[in-house]
Amino acid sequence: MTSIGTGYDLSNSVFSPDGRNFQVEYAVKAVENGGTAIGIRCKDGIVLALEKLITSKLLKPGANKRIATVDRNMGVVSSGLLPDGRHFVSRARDEAAEWRRLYKSPTPTSALANRMGSYVQMYTLYSSVRPFGVTAIVGGWDSEAELPVDGQVGSGPKVGSGGKKDGAKYGGPFLYMIEPSGLYWGYYGAATGKGRQIAKSELEKLSLSEGNLSLEEGVKEAARIIYVAHDDNKDKDFELEMTWVSSLDGPTKGRHEEVPKELREEAERLAKKALEGDDDDDDDEKMEE
Amino acid sequence: MATGMLGEDGIHVDMNHLKKGEVNLGTSIMAINFRDGVILGADSRTTTGAYIANRVTDKLTQVHDTIWCCRSGSAADTQAVADIVHYHLGMYGITNDEPPTTQTAAAIFQELCYDNKDQLSAGMIIAGYDHRHGGQVYSIPLGGSLHKQPYAIGGSGSTYIYGYCDANWRENMTEAEGVNFVKGALKEAIKWDGSSGGVIRMVVLTARGVQRHLYLPDHNDYEGPGTK
Amino acid sequence: MNHFPQTWGRPRDDVYGAYDHSHFQTAGPQQHTQSPIVTGTSVVAAKFKDGVVIAADNLASYGSLARFTDVKRIRKFNDQVVVGFGGDVSDMQYLDRLLNSLDVRENYSTTETPLNAKNLHTYLSKVMYKRRSDFNPLWNHLLIAGLDGESKPFLASADLLGTTFAAPTLATGFGAHLAQPILRRTVPDEASVQNVSKDEAVRLVKECMKVLFYRDARSLDKYSIAVITKEGVELKQDEKLENQSWAFAEGIRGYGTQVN
Repeated sequence: MTSIGTGYDLSNSVFSPDGRNFQVEYAVKAVENGGTAIGIRCKDGIVLALEKLITSKLLKPGANKRIATVDRNMGVVSSGLLPDGRHFVSRARDEAAEWRRLYKSPTPTSALANRMGSYVQMYTLYSSVRPFGVTAIVGGWDSEAELPVDGQVGSGPKVGSGGKKDGAKYGGPFLYMIEPSGLYWGYYGAATGKGRQIAKSELEKLSLSEGNLSLEEGVKEAARIIYVAHDDNKDKDFELEMTWVSSLDGPTKGRHEEVPKELREEAERLAKKALEGDDDDDDDEKMEE
Repeated sequence: MATGMLGEDGIHVDMNHLKKGEVNLGTSIMAINFRDGVILGADSRTTTGAYIANRVTDKLTQVHDTIWCCRSGSAADTQAVADIVHYHLGMYGITNDEPPTTQTAAAIFQELCYDNKDQLSAGMIIAGYDHRHGGQVYSIPLGGSLHKQPYAIGGSGSTYIYGYCDANWRENMTEAEGVNFVKGALKEAIKWDGSSGGVIRMVVLTARGVQRHLYLPDHNDYEGPGTK
Repeated sequence: MNHFPQTWGRPRDDVYGAYDHSHFQTAGPQQHTQSPIVTGTSVVAAKFKDGVVIAADNLASYGSLARFTDVKRIRKFNDQVVVGFGGDVSDMQYLDRLLNSLDVRENYSTTETPLNAKNLHTYLSKVMYKRRSDFNPLWNHLLIAGLDGESKPFLASADLLGTTFAAPTLATGFGAHLAQPILRRTVPDEASVQNVSKDEAVRLVKECMKVLFYRDARSLDKYSIAVITKEGVELKQDEKLENQSWAFAEGIRGYGTQVN
């Protein structure tokens, strides 16, 4: 590392002569050691999945959830320093609640990503703080229905509002990834943590931008990708954690929820099978040599 | 109940505690849904006691491009509230890269009117048009509750036209029918309410944008001039 | 205008009398004492062997003016709790948003058991008591209906003072005078709850809504009714009163001795 010993990596508020903030780059290193986290934007919802590494056999299986709900329609998964991730979630919840207090409606996913991007960026400016050691993936479903003002009573005309544009669609699934620098983009598929390279190349194969992948397929792909990205030889054991958000007429009715146990186990079974299939292919290839 | 009472000077005031000497929008205001959007309407009289402080008041106030409100109660209070909402909606449009909806406006109006109910005498009607929701009408009466309505009437003059409006209201009216309904209702309110009077102002909000109307009492009983 | 800046912008003394300087007072105790403006009338509820029935009409009055006729005052919290609101509508909407935020926070974790009616009653009664202790009461009388932690029927009230009360049947406002005696004929005590079926409880509550419509000048013949059982919440919001009795007016002539 060229930065070591130069002194330019000791403080957040000092640039190196070639214009880098080394503290932020070290924060990215912290993320690269975390379990793989991915998000997939399907045509009718979002799937978030996490390779939760088991750090002790004394931990209760299935407990200590890592994917968090920040508002009814939105979830966050992160990779990197766990306590930093929890603080990120706590702030995201406050932001969502504050939006609701002021505007009396759910936060659009884009607005939350924007707020959190700004928040994380603040931690790159001052010498008194260190940057976030997490990359967070925010996924949510912005309601396609007309949203009432929270608490309102009464209703408009029985025939519906006048002058409404027919056929136009609103809302839908949205996915963002926020990095330690505060940089964030919207994604069709996002991956971070240890296995991000493999996960990204797997996500690219799904042609997500065409918008054909259904939510149920997305769940299965997400499980498979986490399994593929996991390195059995080097890594500790892991648990697969998955959540999803669907459209209002989908399985979660617009809410961010855990993927039901049956579906998750089915997805895991298929993921394991696919992996074994890969091994078979490898064997075949070897025989051809 | 202290609202809608007669003051010591025999003038009808629609609020519970108007401060001494305060300018009062003893008013007739309304907003309706129609086929293409919404129409807001109001008289133009502002009074201090029995004296008409302003006979050509504009009680229809813009808080965003196609989100407007009708103000009744204290002129000072309702202007202050509308100014704050105007600020919030402007900020919303800039920071979120999309215009606020009528709901956003109604939510902020309601928050201000509810949290400050002890200080305020403000009865407001919010009407707006946006592509996603079409036209919408919200009413925020004195206590600061929020009511979504097909059409809303307010101010001291409204008490005289509940029957007229209920009998003549139809959903999905054309623009001309809507304008006639609002004009007919406000004519009656102005006729019977001493605190309402002057001209009839209207604002029509649709996908095409904003259009103002004006109807004068000396133009053949509010015949014109109409749109400008 | 004269030469005394302290009188500028104020009403003329010769027209309006001496100016009341208390308007400009900024120090001193803060006063909130308000009164309800837009109001809802009674809420009626009764326990039966498998759950609770609760009803309220859809009217929000503005003094004696029947101003809003589509106001739903029965709110579902989750699959086992319903809250009925009497009193100020703006405060009802505040509580609705408060319960919304509570629900969002409760669902951050999926592993914990959802709040039951008893939990919610405790929470709401403390909110009400806190506000009255701040001399800024929420002008409502609430009924909380649903199931308790053992999935048994639960019904209790909390009012603007923070007073709490639980009984097999409850009614707020006018209903406390008119509906409660009728409800008690069928459900006099906790033991008798076991003898009341769902259909009987629904019929009983509907009968009370009818009596209230006859005798409460701030009521409406359109109402909402909810039944909470282990199967969940069954909420109907656009009911209309049926089988009213008016035809006997035919036989009423004059006010004493008149026969025609």
